[in-house]
Amino acid sequence: MRSVVESSSLWRLKSYLRPHLRALALIWVAATAGIAVGIVIPLVSREIIDGPVRHGDAGALLPLGLLALGLGAAEAFLIFLRRWTQVRPVLGLETALRDDLYRHLQRLPMSFHDEWQSGQLLSRATTDLSVIRRFFGFGLLFLVMNVIQLGTVIALLLHMHWPLGLLVLGTAVPIIVLSVRFERRYRKVSRQVQDEQGDLATLVEESALGIRTIKAFGRRQHVYAGYDEAARRLHGTIMRKVRLSARFFTLVEVIPNVTLALVLLLGALAVGSGGLTVGTLVAFTTLVLQLGWPVSSLGYILALGQEAMTAADRVLEVLDTRPAITGGPIVLERPRGHVRFEGAGFRFPGAGRPVLHDVWLEVRPGETVAVVGATGSGKTTLTALVPRLRDVTAGRVTIDGHDVRDLTLASLRSVVATAFEEPTLFSMSVRENLMLGNPRATERELREALEIAQATFVYDLPWGLDTRIGEQGMSLSGGQRQRLALARAVLARPRVLVLDDTLSALDVETEALVEAALKEVLSDVTGIVVAHRASTVLLADKVALLSGGTVTHVGRHQELLARVPEYRALLAQDADLDPEGALR
Amino acid sequence: MSAAPDPAAPPGAAGVPPAAAGWRGVAAEPEPDEPRGRAFLLLDRSGRSRRLLGALLRPHRAAIALLVVLIVVSAAAGLAIPYLVKVGIDAGIPPLVAGHAPATLLAAVGGVLGAALLQGLTRQAFLRLSGRVGQDILLELRRRVFTHFQRLSPAFHERYTSGRVIARLTSDVEAISEMLGSGFDRVVTAVLTLAGTAAMLLVLDARLALVALLPLPVLVLLTLWYRRESAAAYRRTRETVALLIVHFVESMTGIRAVQAFRREERNQEIFERLNADYRDANRRSMHLSALYMPGTKLIGNVTVALVLLYGGWLALHGSVTVGVLAAFLLYLRQFYEPMQDLSQFYTSVQSAGAALEKLAGVLAERPAVAGPARAAALPSGRGPGGGVGREGVEFRSGDGPPVLHRIDLAIPAGQTVALVGPTGAGKTTLAKLIARFYDPVAGRVLLDGVDLRDLDEATLRRTVVMVTQENFLFSGTVADNIRFGRPDATMAEVVAAARAIGAHEFIAGLPDGYHTRVGKRGGRMSAGQRQLVAFARVFLADPAVLILDEATSSLDVPSERLVQRAMATVLAGRTALIIAHRLSTVEIAQRVLVVEDGRIVEDGPPDRLIAAAGRFAALRRAWLDSIA
Repeated sequence: MRSVVESSSLWRLKSYLRPHLRALALIWVAATAGIAVGIVIPLVSREIIDGPVRHGDAGALLPLGLLALGLGAAEAFLIFLRRWTQVRPVLGLETALRDDLYRHLQRLPMSFHDEWQSGQLLSRATTDLSVIRRFFGFGLLFLVMNVIQLGTVIALLLHMHWPLGLLVLGTAVPIIVLSVRFERRYRKVSRQVQDEQGDLATLVEESALGIRTIKAFGRRQHVYAGYDEAARRLHGTIMRKVRLSARFFTLVEVIPNVTLALVLLLGALAVGSGGLTVGTLVAFTTLVLQLGWPVSSLGYILALGQEAMTAADRVLEVLDTRPAITGGPIVLERPRGHVRFEGAGFRFPGAGRPVLHDVWLEVRPGETVAVVGATGSGKTTLTALVPRLRDVTAGRVTIDGHDVRDLTLASLRSVVATAFEEPTLFSMSVRENLMLGNPRATERELREALEIAQATFVYDLPWGLDTRIGEQGMSLSGGQRQRLALARAVLARPRVLVLDDTLSALDVETEALVEAALKEVLSDVTGIVVAHRASTVLLADKVALLSGGTVTHVGRHQELLARVPEYRALLAQDADLDPEGALR
Repeated sequence: MSAAPDPAAPPGAAGVPPAAAGWRGVAAEPEPDEPRGRAFLLLDRSGRSRRLLGALLRPHRAAIALLVVLIVVSAAAGLAIPYLVKVGIDAGIPPLVAGHAPATLLAAVGGVLGAALLQGLTRQAFLRLSGRVGQDILLELRRRVFTHFQRLSPAFHERYTSGRVIARLTSDVEAISEMLGSGFDRVVTAVLTLAGTAAMLLVLDARLALVALLPLPVLVLLTLWYRRESAAAYRRTRETVALLIVHFVESMTGIRAVQAFRREERNQEIFERLNADYRDANRRSMHLSALYMPGTKLIGNVTVALVLLYGGWLALHGSVTVGVLAAFLLYLRQFYEPMQDLSQFYTSVQSAGAALEKLAGVLAERPAVAGPARAAALPSGRGPGGGVGREGVEFRSGDGPPVLHRIDLAIPAGQTVALVGPTGAGKTTLAKLIARFYDPVAGRVLLDGVDLRDLDEATLRRTVVMVTQENFLFSGTVADNIRFGRPDATMAEVVAAARAIGAHEFIAGLPDGYHTRVGKRGGRMSAGQRQLVAFARVFLADPAVLILDEATSSLDVPSERLVQRAMATVLAGRTALIIAHRLSTVEIAQRVLVVEDGRIVEDGPPDRLIAAAGRFAALRRAWLDSIA
């Protein structure tokens, strides 16, 4: 079953060629005509020598010479036509496939991206697609041309002298047997090469993203050792591939020559016994000699085809992954932002224990709840359930009474905006980064959001809001990045605002200013605030304590502080420590 | 703060963002890859990449010579086959017809088989050897570029972006590997055939030969044109694919934000535009070779026709014999056919050349924080004590105003110092100077009396370790990640480190305990859990000087306490620099430095500063209010 699916991968890409059918037809015509002209040109030369030159016919020389000139120009033109015409369909296929791959990857949920290293995804979007392009650009055409050429020559041979013709045809058997065996092994090893290239890309990616951690610990050698090992493994696998194809290519080349020797031996014997004329034998061997090139290039093209099929497998592997999180039919016209967790639970695929179970929590429109819990208690996971960055594995989450899974993703995610603790900023202008969630924001709204987040420092950047902030905002400090992420979430004007420990990297004074401004914002939207500190908790109307994977207590801050020892331990700085004493 | 939003004045006095701005915004510094102004990567077009190519090929000189021999033998064996067939027919058949023994025929058949075998053997040897040479070169190139990237400073990486690093090490290396795999054998045969046939043509008839070689200058001109155009086109391909990769990697890395903010549509738009740019660049180079390759074919075909006409005319007048003309035409065909192989190869050389240029550009980058010419040793005897001194240190980024103004500071070995102050004051910059992520613009940073710039990297990194709020987890298990602090640590030591900072409980609770794979960048762990792993890492690294930059910001209060308690033990006898906004972290410090606007405005033991009622006292009051 699997092999059927696999071998059809390349075939499944045919729809990408559909818009280019006319160009494809032209390519085939040009290719065939080009080959025909290529065959005719030497015939004209022969005609000139055998005709006008030999017979002293000066008058026929010029027209025939001009014919040769014209045919020569025509051949070049046909090659040009083929190469020029194929550019569009071939690049069109590659570009469209890459666009689709990217679109699909953006739809696949977090659970997919947790598992797949971006190096592997990247190698599919670049290396694999260019292999497919090369196959459709050259391989396929030459494969068919070669087969036609081989078929024609063999038909001629059979026509000329069928017993010897059968002999030549018979040598196709070992070639086919070899090809089939080669194909199986080559496919395995080329898949391995492509996978290992992806692994290597992943290591490169990590070495670049983690450069500061590597530097901080001086682990250059350690990281290099890992990379080197993977690079050498790839080297070894490619060498296996090289040896395999070297053996195959050579055998494929030797077989026609051995056939030639047999033809010579048997043909000469036949001439000896009068079954064949010398002229026919000469013509026959000349034709057999012509088989050499198409047969041996067939080996190369088959290898290219194998790689293209493997590449198609790898690309389709991603394209065939169904997005586990897709939207429902409902669009919230007037969202109020009434969020309820109804027995919600979450378990990572393959994990034994659920991260969350039986979570019951209600946040009324305009209300703000603080989620408090120990490190790793599942606070971030809880907040991710609302915009469906992760999907509940038990129970449900509702907004205004609708299961979030029944809402369209666009609607849901415009109702909910999250400011993450680790803000992701893209290599784009400040403006573009801020307007992620609200592309139509005005300058005034931008300024308001930046003021709330205490992030007006961006106006002082060299190009103001048009300044590109580096990869992940690398050239900004942690606090600055967090404030931009906060401004982004505020600018989205959501009904439900999720703040996932967004203020952790701010200094106390800035934090106080941000909190004062946030109080304003949170007064009319529903808020879910992950908090580690009492100051953040005070933004909320009520607190939910997350413990043992579920909400154990809901209440007001002072209430819980007085009533729940666990809560007190988590939040009260003075519980077991008196700051005065500590600083003494 | 840190390297700070580069406050550099806009490049150029124009003060107007270039039109290209758009969504990408305007880079405060010139793009590393875009030849803008005095951009550094494309300065030298050929010299640098040619030198790199030479350096890569040099170790394989012997193998390359052997390859040429193999090709020649293989080609000779290949050429012998038709000749032997001819001998078999011409000389082998008459004895048969006459009823004699088929000795000559058998010899010829044996010869064909032998030649086929020889050709096969040499061909296989060639394929294997050339494969090995090519792969060895690639491996060496990968190693060099990877190591070099690792050597370059964080400042370089901030500017270059990880996407570009990935593009260089994947897409560019592959472009070179394509060239290495593309018909080196045919080039050698082509060159040999060309030389041989040219000689034969001259021997056969000098007049005809001159006509036949007449179009060569045209061919040279065509090739020069192609070289110039395709070099530019392939360079563009490398640049556009790099941008594509940068965007791809960034959106996959930040997929959570992408989905949460419904960025998909806009991203798709941007990606499709970049993809279209890449397609256009590719189209240009493919169009160029669609002109160049038939162009060489056309020149060859026209020459054949000209020779036919001229030769026919000569033959008619009896100046050349028909036999010579026939032979001449055959050879002429052989002369212009290999041109196709050569131009094909030239195309892949051009493509690889553009990639090589990019890689050579990377290799030519000087590490901004370079190793010393001669490494100094730390004062021995008691091991690194970790005393840190700074004399008149100044730091600025780019051409901007200084982030730090002349700072003189001495931290005795074993002291725990807290750095406090508002965001953007220069605390992280100060810390990064001690970890030598940057070098000061003026002044020096000393470790036990030795200038940091005189220490070799291994010594420096063993002595000074910095933990920041971004805790990068590498793919692998939790244990692997802790062991990053000391790769030779035993499992028991790893567990002990985790226990000491209070991470053991949560790790033990993971599905496979310490052997749980962390997933892509620890995707399944919370920020706090990742910080704990990072702490275990630094605990294991056990450096003499420890810098903690907001390293506990994501922990809940009890976890933070636990870490602090562990740190109190760890820090005993160690020099430490702690940066934290939450002053609870500062409470283990013996000395507090208040940094404001790149200056140290207060310096002293915490209780004295509190009593003095200055900036620190105010900060502390604000903090106490916030936790009340």
